[in-house]
Amino acid sequence: MSSIVIVGAGPAGIAAAELLCSHGHRPVVIDEGERAGGQGYRRPSPDLALDMHALMGSEAGRYEALHRRFAALAEHIDYRPRTLVWAIEGRTLHLLYDGRAETIEADQLLLATGAMDRVAPLPGWTLPGVFTLGGAQVALKDQGCLIGRRVAFLGSSPLLLLAAKQYRQMGGTVAVIADTTGLAAKATALPGLLASPRTLLRGLGGMAGALRAGTPLLHGVTPLAIAGNGHVQSLLLRDAAGRERRFTCDAVALGYGLKPETQLADLAGARFVYDEAFRLFLPETDAFGRARPGLYLAGDGASIGGADAAEASGALAAHAILADLGGAPAAAEVRTLTRKLARLRGFQRSLARAFAWPASQIRALPDDTLLCRCESVTIGTVRAAMAQALGPIEVNRVKAMTRCGMGRCQGRVCGPALQEIVAGASGQDGAGAGRLRGQAPVKPIALSAAGESTP
Amino acid sequence: MSTDGAQFMRVATRRGAAIAVEFDGLPLAATEGDSILAVLLTNGLILRRHEFGSEPRSGFCLMGACQDCWVWSVQGGRLRACTTPVADGMILASQPPAGPHE
Amino acid sequence: MSRASTDVAIIGGGLIGVWTAFFLARRGQSVTLFEKGVVGAQSSGTNFGNLRLQGRFPGQYPLSLRSHALWEDFEALIGEGCEFAQTGHLYCAFDSDEAARLEAYAQVSQSHGLAIERLAPSDLRRRFPWLSERAIAATFCARDATANPRLATPAVARAALRQGVEIRENAPVTAVTRQGDGFRITTADGRGLSCAALVNAAGAWAVQMAECFGETAPVFAAGPPQFVTEPMPMVFAPSLQTIDGSVIARQTERGNVILAGYPRTAADAVANRAPVPPAKTLAAMRALAGLVPALAQAHVIRVWSGIEGYLPDMIPVIGRSDTTPGLFHAFGFCGHGFQIGPGVGLCLSEMILDGSTPTPLEDFAIGRFRTPAVVSEKFQKEFDRPSDMGIERSAEKGRAIG
Repeated sequence: MSSIVIVGAGPAGIAAAELLCSHGHRPVVIDEGERAGGQGYRRPSPDLALDMHALMGSEAGRYEALHRRFAALAEHIDYRPRTLVWAIEGRTLHLLYDGRAETIEADQLLLATGAMDRVAPLPGWTLPGVFTLGGAQVALKDQGCLIGRRVAFLGSSPLLLLAAKQYRQMGGTVAVIADTTGLAAKATALPGLLASPRTLLRGLGGMAGALRAGTPLLHGVTPLAIAGNGHVQSLLLRDAAGRERRFTCDAVALGYGLKPETQLADLAGARFVYDEAFRLFLPETDAFGRARPGLYLAGDGASIGGADAAEASGALAAHAILADLGGAPAAAEVRTLTRKLARLRGFQRSLARAFAWPASQIRALPDDTLLCRCESVTIGTVRAAMAQALGPIEVNRVKAMTRCGMGRCQGRVCGPALQEIVAGASGQDGAGAGRLRGQAPVKPIALSAAGESTP
Repeated sequence: MSTDGAQFMRVATRRGAAIAVEFDGLPLAATEGDSILAVLLTNGLILRRHEFGSEPRSGFCLMGACQDCWVWSVQGGRLRACTTPVADGMILASQPPAGPHE
Repeated sequence: MSRASTDVAIIGGGLIGVWTAFFLARRGQSVTLFEKGVVGAQSSGTNFGNLRLQGRFPGQYPLSLRSHALWEDFEALIGEGCEFAQTGHLYCAFDSDEAARLEAYAQVSQSHGLAIERLAPSDLRRRFPWLSERAIAATFCARDATANPRLATPAVARAALRQGVEIRENAPVTAVTRQGDGFRITTADGRGLSCAALVNAAGAWAVQMAECFGETAPVFAAGPPQFVTEPMPMVFAPSLQTIDGSVIARQTERGNVILAGYPRTAADAVANRAPVPPAKTLAAMRALAGLVPALAQAHVIRVWSGIEGYLPDMIPVIGRSDTTPGLFHAFGFCGHGFQIGPGVGLCLSEMILDGSTPTPLEDFAIGRFRTPAVVSEKFQKEFDRPSDMGIERSAEKGRAIG
């Protein structure tokens, strides 16, 4: 029997595993997390007195159903939590489990690696107390903690409202919800947003909730700095009317939408194309998520679409695997899934306009802003390297010259901003600046993982 | 705000075994199931000092992606605070313990 | 504005090409350098950064020592730094056979005037307490050094620009033909340039050009597995090498530990791919933790390799063409071109301008490949199986043309 390996136990991976099991396969499901669910549908750590039903709100039913479905799969899959895939070579996956390196072979590999927050730097963003927006939700769902007592939500994302609502609900104070995209841009994206009325209503509900709670809700802001002596004390921004405003806070949640975790897809040989709507390089696949023979991509790790799209794309990829193994096509199901996925991903493209990546703001950031958290590289260092004779105009060369993106995270965090800074300083569009190439290990691994040497 | 010198605010309690850990020489109470990061940031403001310039850091993405929350274990080993559960008796440090130097 | 003719054209913007351009321009030549991509992007920019004098091919010492003096003078000569650090190099043996080889290397080094310290186990424990007790002998040369390869080549290229060199990046050469006593070069964009002398410094891509002039060398492309760790507190200052090649490591000033090792992996110069098999990364991780136990918990954060041109006898081609006056070759540096790069540039400039160089380079003549190539004993341990490397095929090709 063919060895099918799914990496990622979020909605996409679970949906794919479910379908494969129903056709008699027993896929391996590798997940880095302690518990299945991915980031969005993350389950609390053990014995935490957290009312997830209340916290998930309108998503509670789906959240609970997904975990029920996964529990039902348990004895039909080879589930390997707490396992990192750190490299891929041909059909061999290199794993790290319990501090030790192992391998597993995959004839069909489905990567459902999810996403992380896309962030834009600003002065002060490395101060203790600044976290990603997704991180603010993870702290709550996973650990029952708020990232601060008085939190500023900054960026451009519908999740700013959602997270702020959850924080208020749990007894936190929201200092401000500050969105860099103006209301005019949001209005032009409205027709596209009608493709997913449920999500749109959730967003509007969040907005109304914020207004009722008296939380300052600003659109079209320019972030100026996060200030504080050793930790976050305030957020300084310029509002749409041009006034500088300072909000006292002890934490900032920062998020500009999501970016797919594509490092493994890169190592597995996927090709990437620049997507104008997201302003990101995304892996290239067919409608089913096929990236190359034997390699399938699904969920937010392939293209940002949210949990429902992740489930649909996971199921589609599973259909593709079944078909490629010679199974009979399930035409009607596939047609429904394809339509659903197209609609949801289309909706995300509209969202990406309503909550836009602030390209021009990033290009205008001051030189002394730290760009690479790992290697402590400022935007000025990047611009200076580019300005000299034979200066680089492509991100991988900029990385070689400046160390920006060369650290522990391999450019996961600074990558999108670096791309924008390089594009800005060289007069190119985002695509022209290129994409930071991934290299193994996709996350740091200790020398001891390789075991003892045998002299 | 942060007058008690803690970054995180715990809003959901955890039933579970009480365990003791140590960070930078100070004893901290924790509950089984807590992440190292949650324990350190419900008791303080920082996780580590950055290698290049020694400014404080307290993690960022909280989901194992940004690699900004690695802390030192005095027992040997380096631990990613956001994805590693605490264990009884852990002795942790924000800066490298003294090691062999030339 | 680009020239229509030049004194010397150089193909290849690696370390060799830019140093040659720099020295020629300093002596008043007009020089145009063609690079298919950007300067210093291939093995010049991706190598380990070792400037090691110990254990080199014996016939290379005059060149290596001349080159070292240039590295030591880099900042004054070039006008910017490249993280040159005279760390010294500790060469370690695990058993008596290896110790005997170390001793042989040491005698060669000393015969060229290098100061080599021989270290017994007690010296090693005292001076380098972080070193595993598996090392039973070592030699140390304080003059050995390291530099940052990512920075060195662009810095020299900028110095060459200031001397008036014209550098055309992203300009792959599509044709080179004889034109009178000189040459005519055409690039992919259709532009042409005439030159009196031509330097072939195209690295793993150089054979194609040599073959345009009826000579060849059995170059094949390969790359070493390399990795870098997260920044760690300083553990060791000298660069470090085991004679079995399992560890070639250094700790940068920032604390990152960089490792290169054997065996090298076949690379694809056409697709521009130099893979790093994870099994080799794991083997190197074990070897490093075994040699420096204090690093056992250091995390590897990135692996990489680079496309290097190798020859079966493990020494480069440097010197004039056998078939074509005015054509000079410098390629196939077999993974040790970084240290000799500046010296090669200086010698080539002398050969072109003075007709000869005081540095002996006879061993490196391209004509040696007219007879079947001698395969170096280093192949046994420094590469994957010769059949995987395409080395047998290359050697046959050498015979066929030569």
